[in-house]
Amino acid sequence: MIHLRKLSKYYGELCAVDQVDLDINSGKVLGLLGPNGAGKSTILRMLTGYFKPTSGSIRVKEFDMGKDALEIKKMIGYLPESAPLYHNMLVYDYLNFIAGMQGLNKSSGNSKIHDLVNLCKLHEVIHKPVSELSKGYKQRVGLAHAMMGDPEILILDEPTSGLDPNQIVEIREIIKEIGKEKTIIFSSHILSEVEATCDRIIIIHQGKIVGDGDAEALKGGASQEDTINISLKNAKFNDVKKNIQSIDSVGDVKKDGDINNGILKITVSCKKHPGIMEHIYKTIKQQDWILLEFYQETKTLEKIFRELTMEA
Amino acid sequence: MNQTMNIFRKEFKDYFITPIAYIVISIFLLITGWFFFSTFFLYSQATLRGFFALLPFTFAFVIPAITMKLFSEEFSSGSYEILFTLPVTHINIIMGKFLAATAFIIAMLIPTLAYPVAISFIGQLDWGTVVGGYVGAIFLGAGYSAIGIFSSSLTRNQIIAFIIGASICFFLTLVGKMLFFLPENILGTVQYLSTGFHFQNISKGIIDCRNIVYFLSLIFIALYATSLVIDKK
Repeated sequence: MIHLRKLSKYYGELCAVDQVDLDINSGKVLGLLGPNGAGKSTILRMLTGYFKPTSGSIRVKEFDMGKDALEIKKMIGYLPESAPLYHNMLVYDYLNFIAGMQGLNKSSGNSKIHDLVNLCKLHEVIHKPVSELSKGYKQRVGLAHAMMGDPEILILDEPTSGLDPNQIVEIREIIKEIGKEKTIIFSSHILSEVEATCDRIIIIHQGKIVGDGDAEALKGGASQEDTINISLKNAKFNDVKKNIQSIDSVGDVKKDGDINNGILKITVSCKKHPGIMEHIYKTIKQQDWILLEFYQETKTLEKIFRELTMEA
Repeated sequence: MNQTMNIFRKEFKDYFITPIAYIVISIFLLITGWFFFSTFFLYSQATLRGFFALLPFTFAFVIPAITMKLFSEEFSSGSYEILFTLPVTHINIIMGKFLAATAFIIAMLIPTLAYPVAISFIGQLDWGTVVGGYVGAIFLGAGYSAIGIFSSSLTRNQIIAFIIGASICFFLTLVGKMLFFLPENILGTVQYLSTGFHFQNISKGIIDCRNIVYFLSLIFIALYATSLVIDKK
């Protein structure tokens, strides 16, 4: 549905987005993930027609951004970062203005506003000026704004940044609710959020795509090694190392900090192998060490993110 | 067209949501009222000439104050990103804002209709020059609004927008009054550039299409320059 080809954006000498190729299918929730300044917002702003790309092309369906920007803008609902709404308008007036701008007439505009007020739970603030709203409410008004024209594509730039945990959950619920029908593209640097809501995750670093896939694929694909953490009492590191390294497919055994209260913590890295936990357990059982902790470290998205976006 | 009207309605309402509109209107009425009536009775003539002669100067600093926020505020608050990603063209946006400013100036002129009405009770007032004066005032106001909008599109700082706008307006007003400094061969051209010259012609009650063409081209040039500035952003 959306096709980006060799998309680049320079701010003077600084390259914010570097030759990005990306195809986005309809009906998916896509998360753009990346450290601050990676180029997430710039990509989204080019998609909405707010920025002109330095080079490359954007196509949405059969329309080209260079020629039919207006047609594309009609298909897109956009919530900019930190929702810069018109602050001296009342919420109702604001939504009414947007309804008019989206080409809705008075009656269909009013029924649309009614639906969105229900969806985004804006009843309490509908007659307040935008400037008096809390950040969470502003964000929700912004969401209602983005959905006013019944867009096929919804672009949300850091919809949950700066919100408290309750508000984050609320916004996330709304996104999930809408995501059942529409294509949603949103950016974030909160990993758990992206993991919980997205069908596809794209990791961006220094203007380039460095990871692409669903959460599972990203986790599996990044590495062929497992890490196992073990805590033992009454054990000496050298003995433990010797015993465990005698097991097949175990690589390195490392001490995890100093011995504290007689407890030795180690991390074992080994190749992916189904019976490995069993082997290690049996080896430990043969000694008279006391086993306190024994678990396989799951690769979190956080780790993947760090691996992919570490400065070279 | 619909989109232009939507933006026009929003911007026009916006003026009256904040107290700025009422302050600007009060200042305008105070200044024009005071300067006009302080000398009015010296001439013992039932005419609004004094009022209209002063108008290019008061407009030159009142109108940039009205228009300074139109783009600057959007740039500084970031709401421009919202406006710009809605399905509208730049022309819709600029025209909507321009019409709102012009409508506000007309609203500002309405209370001054009390002057001719009051004067008509104390002497024979020539209504032709009054109508001409108001038509000219609307053209002059529209021209200065277009300049104000242009200066507002240049910066995110409203005060800078005001100063740029007021400087251009004052220059166009004053250039016609400084003709005696200039060599004779460029006199006509410079006089033709001045807003005051064209406004005076219209306010005499003679509506000549050269004067109208002047104001329309002033509006067109300023708004076109605005669209160039915005395209660049």
